[in-house]
Amino acid sequence: MAAAAELTLLEKSLGLSKGNKYSAQGERQIPVLQTNNGPSLTGLTTIAAHLVKQANKEYLLGSTAEEKAIVQQWLEYRVTRVDGHSSKDDIHALLKDLNSYLEDKVYLTGYNFTLADILLYYGLHRFIVSIRVAGFFSVMFRMIFLS
Amino acid sequence: MRLFVSEGAPGSLPVLAAARRAQGRAELLISTVGPEECVVPFLTQPKVPVLQLDNGNYLFSTSAICRYFFLLSGWEQDDLTNQWLEWEATELQPALSAALYYLVVQGKKGEDVLGPVRRALTHIDHSLSRRSCPFLAGETESLADIVLWGALYPLLQDPAYLPEELGALHSWFQTVSSQEPCQRAAETVLKQQGVLALRPYLQKQPQPSSLQGRAVSNEPEEEELATLSEEEIAMAVTAWEKGLGNLPPLRPPQNPVLPVAGERNVLITSALPYVNNVPHLGNIIGCVLSADVFARYSRLRQWNTLYLCGTDEYGTATETKAMEEGLTPQEICDKYHAIHADIYRWFNISFDIFGRTTTPQQTKITQDIFQRLFSRGFVLQDTVEQLRCEQCARFLADRFVEGVCPFCGYEEARGDQCDKCGKLINATELKKPQCKVCRSCPVVKSSQHLFLDLPKLEKRLEEWLENTLPGSDWTPNARFIIRSWLRDGLKPRCITRDLKWGTPVPLEGFEDKVFYVWFDATIGYLSITANYTDQWERWWKNPEQVSLYQFMAKDNVPFHGLVFPCSALGAEDNYTLVSHLIATEYLNYEDGKFSKSRGVGVFGDMAQDTGIPADIWRFYLLYIRPEGQDSAFSWTDMLLKNNSELLNNLGNFINRAGMFVSKFFGGYVPEMVLTSDDQRLLAHVTLELQHYHQLLEKVRIRDALRSILTISRHGNQYIQVNEPWKRIKGSEADRQRAGTVTGLAVNIAALLSVMLQPYMPTVSATIQAQLQLPPPACGILLTNFLCTLPAGHLIGTVSPLFQKLENDQIESLRQRFGGGQLEESLELKAKVSSKPAVGETVTATGPQQIQVLMDEVTKQGNIVRELKAQKADKNQVAAEVAKLLDLKKQLALAEGKPLETPKGKKKK
Repeated sequence: MAAAAELTLLEKSLGLSKGNKYSAQGERQIPVLQTNNGPSLTGLTTIAAHLVKQANKEYLLGSTAEEKAIVQQWLEYRVTRVDGHSSKDDIHALLKDLNSYLEDKVYLTGYNFTLADILLYYGLHRFIVSIRVAGFFSVMFRMIFLS
Repeated sequence: MRLFVSEGAPGSLPVLAAARRAQGRAELLISTVGPEECVVPFLTQPKVPVLQLDNGNYLFSTSAICRYFFLLSGWEQDDLTNQWLEWEATELQPALSAALYYLVVQGKKGEDVLGPVRRALTHIDHSLSRRSCPFLAGETESLADIVLWGALYPLLQDPAYLPEELGALHSWFQTVSSQEPCQRAAETVLKQQGVLALRPYLQKQPQPSSLQGRAVSNEPEEEELATLSEEEIAMAVTAWEKGLGNLPPLRPPQNPVLPVAGERNVLITSALPYVNNVPHLGNIIGCVLSADVFARYSRLRQWNTLYLCGTDEYGTATETKAMEEGLTPQEICDKYHAIHADIYRWFNISFDIFGRTTTPQQTKITQDIFQRLFSRGFVLQDTVEQLRCEQCARFLADRFVEGVCPFCGYEEARGDQCDKCGKLINATELKKPQCKVCRSCPVVKSSQHLFLDLPKLEKRLEEWLENTLPGSDWTPNARFIIRSWLRDGLKPRCITRDLKWGTPVPLEGFEDKVFYVWFDATIGYLSITANYTDQWERWWKNPEQVSLYQFMAKDNVPFHGLVFPCSALGAEDNYTLVSHLIATEYLNYEDGKFSKSRGVGVFGDMAQDTGIPADIWRFYLLYIRPEGQDSAFSWTDMLLKNNSELLNNLGNFINRAGMFVSKFFGGYVPEMVLTSDDQRLLAHVTLELQHYHQLLEKVRIRDALRSILTISRHGNQYIQVNEPWKRIKGSEADRQRAGTVTGLAVNIAALLSVMLQPYMPTVSATIQAQLQLPPPACGILLTNFLCTLPAGHLIGTVSPLFQKLENDQIESLRQRFGGGQLEESLELKAKVSSKPAVGETVTATGPQQIQVLMDEVTKQGNIVRELKAQKADKNQVAAEVAKLLDLKKQLALAEGKPLETPKGKKKK
């Protein structure tokens, strides 16, 4: 899914009515948002966090210092590891890590649904076929359906 | 909470620096673990630093740990910080880990290390200077500063890797580094060992993925469509409306060209090619062609410009060649000078003078500089041990000895310089020396020689550099080379040789010796000018009024940036010294080096026999100019760039614009009534034109060429969207619109012809003849886009500008000139034969063809999707996918879009 489509989808699920227009930059097609008041914002997670604040749903960025840091950590994971994977083995390794992380959790921060869950879900969406084949990623499945 | 760190892990730097923020808020324990210890239970790969939180959860991202410490101190997250941290993780880290890997694990130096991160460093520098804030996210130091500082510190703490021209980055880095927590973190992690402290850790890490499958890239950087303000649009419209009236009168040609007080006087030199080598494409792009673009540009700006070059003719190599061919050295020089001059004439190089170094003026000026140095005590005398080949019965010039480099162990180091590490060598220091002619081992003999006392001149040189470098356009590689020379300390350099073919040494006891070529070759610029005009001193002893631009490949930097300035400063005769030293990296041929002996590569004289016009060679060489990094000549790429950029983008646009005027308006430029869309286009073109000027003023020749192609892409889109060929058949309003679009398009074509002049002079003249562009508009380029073809202007006959290069033509050239791998050529042939029928019809690209191709792509896409849904045989799917990709490629070609070439094994 192109980053722009993903952000549009996020806007909808946040209940933002006014649709933003996104341009894309460079080889990796990094999304850019031109804001009305101020400089443009570049980068998927940066724009996503901005949209969350725009929709007054700051709780999606975490409530405590700890949660906030964890949300940002998984957002970084999404754009570096999930988007930056270079081989099938990479995908396999990261799914395995995620699965074992989520063994005892409902969401990435524990019990609260956050932006990290949304973007990781979007990012993993395209691997779903392989998950089905692999079969044993039960926890991933739960996460996907709960969200 | 507990922080796990490891010796030499770079992530510890920002984390320790940020930890201070959390002081007093929570108890922090620090444990040191081994680099391969898995601290985080759910991660397969070891990762440090890691912060274990009190509830048992882990933070394994360096930025997230720093963020947490800042959050504990009450700091609030903001968009700009998020943006910096996302950029750090996705852009800076991959580049930086490659650079650190090269530096620390592979022991590389210089551009090899700086190359991968240069773009990222420039990005930071530009952001800082644009916002004119001392820190990344505002007036005070914050999270973004700590995270980026920590990432950059291992590299930038060595001043050699902090490019001087990035002033804003420089002062930001110094400010952050001087903060107490940062200082302490740096001491803890690097332990005063510098970057080597990271070695034990980095060695244990897998090779960064950003390094894998990386090839030399000739692809352009991204184009961003800038946002325009109302003022910018209004200014562009005003300038456009003034039209030809805006142009100053053309400067009448001068002969000789001499500096004029109060004007901008630009003196341009290209490194003097050694006379008995036929230059290859790398030599041509490195010096003469690059300098030619700048000289032509400089003349378009109406700057008072003198461009000179010539052949460097003295030295042993000439003597030897003369022996081989049974001629005198002078006859050899005459013969090869003519060959050089022919080649450059064919490439359309616009020298004001193309001279030579074997002239009485050369002797006079060299001896004068020497006498001045001698009488001021800057010349030493010493006994030299020199290599003599008994078999050939002569002393061996440096370049006639080969052996193992004493510094890096490279096996084919020349006697004067190692091609691998770039260090200068004294021939006697070579290990296992060999006479290059007869391959026997030379013996060491001693004789008296003269030395230039560089250590005594070092201080003057440094003062001069301090005044010259800041704000100048010296290329980063040149700055780097000079800096590393000065860091190692200068040593006396021998300036005489036991030879006959050279400038005589005017000193008793040295009658049978001549000056070493590198002492007097750079003086060649002065003597060549002296042969052009007896008033040469107005150029060369006039530093206040003259800007000197010297072009060369990077191996020539020490002689121009260091040795000649030392001679000139020591001679104390108010010489004009280099203001802008422009050095290129190397151009490779296909996957290897140019090699005359192996017959690999294209040499100047052969280019003429390929049937490809000089302007196409110029275009492609300039398109891949090794600016900032090495690049490679590739036949396939040349074909692609010709067919996509020249034929389908630039040529297609200019041809269509002219054809519409001829076909629909009887050859007369129609009335233009600009709508707000047209005005925006005007402003975009103006912006791109200004960008072109900014780049060329900084001698970024390759980048400026992209601006031309960007404008014609805008133009193509403009025509495609407005469809004048349909509107011309419509209502009155439609016809007026068709006129406006055609008129604006043909004016953009006229502008492009002028912008193109430095790069492709013949094509530029052809376009200007076709459009009958008025002479002042041909010879002057302003910073604004003017309407130079007003309504009612009659144009000439329009015809296509470029020809398609065919696969088989290019393939046979590739075979003729060697290089490239067998597999690759087989693959290419296979592609040619399996090409679907529609492929061959896409030479002329009207909208109909594009539509046909689009339909084909959609159809083929459906076939592929269906096959995949049916879980069809893998090979069958692959075959259909290949067809689809091929069609997409053709479509891109037809639309004049840049091709996306697959890079590495990236998916999607």
